[in-house]
Amino acid sequence: MSLVNFTTREITCKIVYYGPGRSGKTTNLHYVYGRVPETRRGRMVSLATQTDRTLFFDFLPIDLGQISGFSTRFQLYTVPGQVYYNATRRLVLQGADGVVFVGDSQARQLDENIESLQNLQSNLLEHGVDVRTMPLVMQYNKQDLPAELILTPADLDDALNFRSVPSFPADALHGKGVFETLKGISELVLKKLAAGSPTV
Amino acid sequence: MTSALNPRFTFETFVVGAANRLAVTAGRTVAENPGSAYNPLFIYSGSGLGKTHVLMAIGHAAKAIASQLNIEYLTLDEYVEAFHAAIAAGQGDAFRRRFQNVDVLLVDDVQFLTNRKEMQAELLRLTEALQQSGHQIVLASDRPPAEIADLDERLISRFSGGLVVDMGIPDYETRVAILRRKAEERGSKFQPGVLEAVAKVEYPNVRELMGALNRLIAFQAVNDMPINAEAASKVLGIPTGASAAGSSAASPAAASSAAASPDEFSQFLTDVTATVGKAVEAWRARVTEAVLRWEGEGYRTGRLEKLLEQDTPAAVDDAIAAYVQDVERLKALEAEVAVLDPQAAGEKVFRDPDDMDAAEAAAGKVRDGAAPPPAPSAAFPFDSYVAGPSNEVALNAARDVIGKPGKKYNPLVIVGKSGLGKTHLLNAIGLELAKKKNAIVACLSTQAFVDELIGAIDGNRVDWWRARFRRATALLLDDIHLLAGKERTQEELFNLFNQLVDADRQLIFTAPSHPNTLHGLEERIVSRLEGGLVVEIAEPDKELRRSVLERLLTQQRLPREPALVDYLADRPIDSVRSLTGVVQRVVEAAAAQDAPVTAGLAREVLEGAPPPRRTTGFRTSGIVVSSAGGVRSREKMVWDWPAAGDRVIEDLR
Repeated sequence: MSLVNFTTREITCKIVYYGPGRSGKTTNLHYVYGRVPETRRGRMVSLATQTDRTLFFDFLPIDLGQISGFSTRFQLYTVPGQVYYNATRRLVLQGADGVVFVGDSQARQLDENIESLQNLQSNLLEHGVDVRTMPLVMQYNKQDLPAELILTPADLDDALNFRSVPSFPADALHGKGVFETLKGISELVLKKLAAGSPTV
Repeated sequence: MTSALNPRFTFETFVVGAANRLAVTAGRTVAENPGSAYNPLFIYSGSGLGKTHVLMAIGHAAKAIASQLNIEYLTLDEYVEAFHAAIAAGQGDAFRRRFQNVDVLLVDDVQFLTNRKEMQAELLRLTEALQQSGHQIVLASDRPPAEIADLDERLISRFSGGLVVDMGIPDYETRVAILRRKAEERGSKFQPGVLEAVAKVEYPNVRELMGALNRLIAFQAVNDMPINAEAASKVLGIPTGASAAGSSAASPAAASSAAASPDEFSQFLTDVTATVGKAVEAWRARVTEAVLRWEGEGYRTGRLEKLLEQDTPAAVDDAIAAYVQDVERLKALEAEVAVLDPQAAGEKVFRDPDDMDAAEAAAGKVRDGAAPPPAPSAAFPFDSYVAGPSNEVALNAARDVIGKPGKKYNPLVIVGKSGLGKTHLLNAIGLELAKKKNAIVACLSTQAFVDELIGAIDGNRVDWWRARFRRATALLLDDIHLLAGKERTQEELFNLFNQLVDADRQLIFTAPSHPNTLHGLEERIVSRLEGGLVVEIAEPDKELRRSVLERLLTQQRLPREPALVDYLADRPIDSVRSLTGVVQRVVEAAAAQDAPVTAGLAREVLEGAPPPRRTTGFRTSGIVVSSAGGVRSREKMVWDWPAAGDRVIEDLR
């Protein structure tokens, strides 16, 4: 997929929210959806089970309008976090321009975080993408939980962020850090424009 | 028209908090490096959060650092008003110029650009002009550029191309700090906890916060007793429960997300716009910059403009680099041509990098045309010029001229009869002058000079003919009297003369006699020739003749027999050229007879019987001249008669 189409003058960014189950990926999208003016957003497609677990994926198209003569669109996707939906995850990941890894700050979820991160790496590799070349940011969600239950962003950075990508503490439920994260990944993705190398 | 900067609005009086730290830092940076840090700087925030304060603080700070800076603060409305007034008065250009000369322009309330197309265009032009000339522009608005309705996209991208910063609602700590400072400024004291209670209320802007403070100050003054936190909350209508339980983190969470919610997306949009602007439009900006730059220098930029029409920025930098290279080449060509022919250098072919071939061809033409003017002949080296009393003055003048060309004797006119070595001396001086660095010595006969001019007129190339001689650092013309009657050449020489003398270039002429005795020369030429130094070379004296003879004999590798030298030097020969001719004859005779060159042989050749070889096959007068006879010198005899047929015709006439 071409990130910047100079012929049709379009910029399309596909951003995938990745992470372990129940880490708050869909919550991120919901929050963004709630803040985007109606005229700017498409229908949010969410395929959730009755227990509100994402079954396939969520999809939120956002139209940022004309920017520098380019009609700019962001497509936000989430992957199903549950381990057994790996095929779907891999499918959603295809053609991604950037990945937000939504980690669960709870101390007891650390292993799931690590496992999901490894899964991301291997799935990207399946598409022939080196995780090091993929724009990636980390979001440490649920920082609003009592301090004794969670790890601090610094701890999480130590545990997960060995590539030193930008990381954002967040409380997706209340919106804290959601747009910061989106901004962070957008910048990374768009910076690739300048480098002139369209992603996969 | 321009508002004065409010002296109270400085960075020192501005309370910095997390919400406005970026704006203040950017403002300070801009004030310290106007035009180079963030240009334009676009500050936006809700009403009453300190935009105007920061804007004016930038002005103060910039002025404090560099007092000579021309700083202007005005609101957009003032700007519009001034513009309309200027247009009405027919002073539109003056208005633009005035603003383009401002070093730091601070424009407030830019949001009023909505629905003002012509002002948008004007502001775009101004922003571009200021940016180009490295002047700072700072704008303030109550919303980000992208949110200003109907704002020209180019303006949006231009604003986003600098730095767009917002100033948010001050956080609790900042609010406390603001309240404390303001209370202190007013000289009011409050019980502990009062200001904190006020600060817990999230007023949408600082002005309302000030309003709350004012109410408290007034209340305290009226009641003449210190107010406590609870009373303060009551006065301001703050629900006590909230303020009491307000652990400062719990309450804002919901409130702030609700209040900030519409902003979060627009903030995001602004950021993305800025990023996209930088990434996508960077190449466009580079091309446009190049276009503006080279257009400004007068070069055609068609090739670059075509790049802008492209969709893909493929190899833009290479294209620009190639363009710049071509322009550099054009500059070099132009500089080269300017030396050869100043008029040709102005041709527009040297301003069009899209047609390098034409430029090269034009330069080539000029180069060919302006081949260096004729140089002095190497056959007349200075050290072979024999000095003697008869040419001493001329020789000294020549040395002076060589030592200080153009400074001492300008022009130098060497006069003397034919064959005395004027041409030799002229060329000799020319050769010496040509040894100097960057010297271009034009040394030619006047006849050649005239012929070249005629050729140039014929080929319609008088301009380069002139340029060719104007390049000369010295002009040496032999036999200037040949200019007689050549009006056009005299005219050209007159102009050339003036130009070269003005530029301290040396001029040297030779003439058979003093300039004022030459006929057919215009008075203005004659007077200029006389204005320099006129030196005469006299007929060679005996001493000079000896020197010349010795040199000639040495050159012919002949023994310098004193008797021979004495004999020849004693002969009444009036020029060096004749002397050379005599020596030549003796030498030839000696060669014919296969005899050594001696005084005896010389006498025989010059006075005695004609050499046997010469008589045979030659018509002679038949008069036998004895060495002791009435005819003293055979030189005076006519040896070669005209052909008989010619004679008959001659006689018939």
